[in-house]
Amino acid sequence: MRIFLSYSFSALATFIHSFLAGLISNGMFLLVTEMVITGVSLIVFLVLLCFFLGYMERRVAAFMEIRLGPNRVGPQGTLQIVADTVKLLFKEGLTPDSSDKFLFNLAPFIMVVASMLVVAPIAFAKDFQLYDINIGVLYVSAVSSISVIGILMAGWSSNNKYSLLGAMRSGAQIVSYELSVGLSLISIVILSGSLSLGDIVKSQENGWWIIKGHIPIIISFVIFVIASTAEINRAPFDLAEADQELTGGFHTEYAGMKFAMFLLSEYINLFVVSAIAATLFLGGWMPFHIGGLVSFNHIMDYIPSSLWFFGKTFFVIFIIMWFRWTFPRLRVDQLLTLEWKYLLPISMVNVIFVTVMAIMGWHL
Amino acid sequence: MSASIIIFYILAAIILGGGILAVTARKIFRSAIYLLFSLIGIAGLYFFLNYEFIAAVQIVVYVGGIVVLIIFSIFLTHASGADMQEPKLIPALFSAFAACFACALVILLINNHTFIPTSNTVIEPTVKTIGRQMLSTTEHGFILPFEVVSMLLLAAMIGSIVIALKTKPKA
Repeated sequence: MRIFLSYSFSALATFIHSFLAGLISNGMFLLVTEMVITGVSLIVFLVLLCFFLGYMERRVAAFMEIRLGPNRVGPQGTLQIVADTVKLLFKEGLTPDSSDKFLFNLAPFIMVVASMLVVAPIAFAKDFQLYDINIGVLYVSAVSSISVIGILMAGWSSNNKYSLLGAMRSGAQIVSYELSVGLSLISIVILSGSLSLGDIVKSQENGWWIIKGHIPIIISFVIFVIASTAEINRAPFDLAEADQELTGGFHTEYAGMKFAMFLLSEYINLFVVSAIAATLFLGGWMPFHIGGLVSFNHIMDYIPSSLWFFGKTFFVIFIIMWFRWTFPRLRVDQLLTLEWKYLLPISMVNVIFVTVMAIMGWHL
Repeated sequence: MSASIIIFYILAAIILGGGILAVTARKIFRSAIYLLFSLIGIAGLYFFLNYEFIAAVQIVVYVGGIVVLIIFSIFLTHASGADMQEPKLIPALFSAFAACFACALVILLINNHTFIPTSNTVIEPTVKTIGRQMLSTTEHGFILPFEVVSMLLLAAMIGSIVIALKTKPKA
């Protein structure tokens, strides 16, 4: 019972490792086999997660607009997304005649690879992390900036004015909002004194940063959620797609599985952004602890760490989906005004406050 | 042949192939994309050497910054869809000569150089040590170049704002 309650996948990982080590004696082949297993299971996990997020998005949308949402295929409409995927699989992946065919077909892959790479340093549960790189936060913000190239590539190679307009908008948007995202991440790095996501989670053992860091960290959490919603091109910042103006923006010309890959990368990005927010501000897999209350902390420890992580992540995902059905889309000038005149100055001043707080030791 | 040598050659092939394609591509947008692959390959080389910080900075600065800037300027200024004109024979010949001679010079220098292994202790290239070294005022600190570079960047920023500043038309 106790093993079940404190379960965190690390036992499973160790079991698979020792099982394979018994079978394969060559160290390099063992490493390669384990890498292949990890990669395949990660891809399967992310695809299943995207199925779920697609279903969740529709149900949340329906809930916000007081309607039912998908409820015909399967119990409560859970198999609707499978039906949609089958439909996309059977559609012809068109390539427009006058497009740049090589770049047109390459762009969806760049998008998916860029968003899957960012998953690497995320800690899913206690002692369960693919790659605890010592520059975790920097790695996340660096690799996620590759996806803008995929969008620009898709928009240009389609040889369509709407695609190009969408790509230009999205480029300007991502490049500007990256600054606020970076500055709000830095405020956590200042307090925890490390860039590694594993260390940042460990630094929240006696309380999550959003509680320990007082108002400045709450401000940077809000800025992070707003700016990263803009960075992943979701409504209300979906000018790059903007159905009514640009008929789909940079992915106007894509169909079938090529279009599905854009959708996949969008949902992976949504998950990654929420997971980073949960890890940095809400303590990742760390249970909710209150300093001094030993028995309360002990009860909280009984909830598995993976549940804590996914609970927090889905809380942030729900907030970002909530945005979509609450705010109208911004105009381009409003979008740039929000970033350069409000979010950026606020987050710069905020970083100074956080630095003072860290030097004086005012955080809990 | 060990795995690390294979990985090195794959990275080298990406870097060199991207570079060659970037100068030979007929469409300017494709050149930018091939340049991107070359730069990502260099970041991969840094990862391969365990310089994670430099690798991430390479991606942030060159992939997220410079290449996006290049692509934007192509979009805004150039007829990006049209093929570029064929290079003329004489300039192409001279560029080829220049490339060959530069390559020969580098190979000659590397072959004649004797690499002396240092006796210093290995420093972990973590962000903490890099940061301390960057701001240290002791003998081997980099505080002066760091500050000079930041002054230069500030001057460049003010200059670009002054250029972009709209002057009000006289009434």
